[in-house]
Amino acid sequence: MVSLFTMEGLSGLLFFCFIGLTLAGAVVATNARSLIRSVAGLAICFLGVAGLYYYLNSPFVALMQILIYVGAVCVTIIFAVMLAGSSELKQLTRRNGLVGPLAILGSGILVFALAGLALKTEWLAAPCRVNRGTVEDLGQSLLTTYSMSFELISVVLLVAVVGSLVLARQGRDK
Amino acid sequence: MHVDPEIIRLLAFLIGVIAFAALNAAYLVWLERKEAAHIQRRIGPKEVGPFGLLQPLVDGIKLMTKQLIVPAGVDPVLFKIAPILVMVPAIMSFVTIPFSDTLVARNLDIGLLAIFAFASVNVLGLLLGAWGSRNKYAVISAARVVSQNVAYEIPMLITVVTLVMISGTMNLSKIVGLQMGGFWNWNILNLSASPLMPIAFLIFFVCMLAETNRAPFDMAEAESELVAGTFTEYSGMGFGVFFMGEYANIVIGASVATILFLGGWDCPFGLFPGVHWFLLKMYFLIFTVIWIRWTYPRTTFYGLLNLSWKILIPISFVNLILTSAMLKVF
Repeated sequence: MVSLFTMEGLSGLLFFCFIGLTLAGAVVATNARSLIRSVAGLAICFLGVAGLYYYLNSPFVALMQILIYVGAVCVTIIFAVMLAGSSELKQLTRRNGLVGPLAILGSGILVFALAGLALKTEWLAAPCRVNRGTVEDLGQSLLTTYSMSFELISVVLLVAVVGSLVLARQGRDK
Repeated sequence: MHVDPEIIRLLAFLIGVIAFAALNAAYLVWLERKEAAHIQRRIGPKEVGPFGLLQPLVDGIKLMTKQLIVPAGVDPVLFKIAPILVMVPAIMSFVTIPFSDTLVARNLDIGLLAIFAFASVNVLGLLLGAWGSRNKYAVISAARVVSQNVAYEIPMLITVVTLVMISGTMNLSKIVGLQMGGFWNWNILNLSASPLMPIAFLIFFVCMLAETNRAPFDMAEAESELVAGTFTEYSGMGFGVFFMGEYANIVIGASVATILFLGGWDCPFGLFPGVHWFLLKMYFLIFTVIWIRWTYPRTTFYGLLNLSWKILIPISFVNLILTSAMLKVF
């Protein structure tokens, strides 16, 4: 039993805090009645996930998670809701009573499958890891091994930008 | 009972960082009021203590003793969570700022990224607070905050990327270490890396003003049109915490500018580098920020967006391309 007043004890406690944040945020995001509250829950969930990334020895990915998902994606969603107007004031309700139990069943099966997979896979030991997850390693593999997917993602983003511009222009002409 | 000395160090830095943030917030309000007063040929706060120096403490007590009113129509959860979401990331950013060679709470290898990651949460806090208070002025202000922050984050990050390319690291201590030995080594005068470096500093400074919602870019809290913007429905310490976050963000912005461009704790003449030089440069920048606020009127919203998209972003891209070309050629 590790004492709470050592570094390991404290970091273990923080680890459980991050797990708690992730789960609580996810529950709020899926169950909140108002749309903005769901987004707030989503932001909390992302913060928890960022903490988990930090514990997985990749601080870069953790900070990117905060910068992009909390700082950009959540803000964009809220902004979209604000621009969409009064639909947020309408409380969200479930159309069918069967949806909730079915969703729980579905996610339960997913969790079971993922957990089974994680337990059965033979994970590589620490010395065999490909790289140390530093910025240099990430940049190098993005521009060499994975340059194709990297370029394809930029094409997708370009299409999204052009598409949104086209949609916005149409609205202006009316 | 045995306690790990590392934990005591952790606690000491935690308390130190929070105290630094809070003290700065309190006394920057004093500085702002004094400076504004002298610019307008008034005296400013003078009754409480010598030169009104105890005014911030009294103001703090006043704010803390006020009733925390949660208006009837608001979303109570979002309303209460928003000030915390503004304040906590600001304090987290202080953790990685190196005030001197040895005085840094946690010397992260990607410290620069950490500061920008935490700074991006600030907008979310303001947005949730504005939407939670169900107030038209607050919502208009939030819409402005978002478009302003998105517009000015781009030139700011491009300028920072230029700096990272020159330094080859995101570790703030190492970035300062590369600039040691006199003002001609500072990045602002690093003309061999890119002749546009002084302009890059100017871009960074302007973006910092806009990101922290300071005049002439204080569209978010335009008192003459939007009452108090996002803070309209907040009273007492809810308002106080928002303001502490705001001033903490200004301190962080000035610190990052000092570290990236002005050589951090380095002395301009190569003598006695130390934390005093860092504080001197940082407070000079903050002084300038306040000076600008009381000198220039507020811009229009279109003027604000045009400045970013049509002037700052193209110039910062030119700087980025020029710097990478210079790095390859020389």
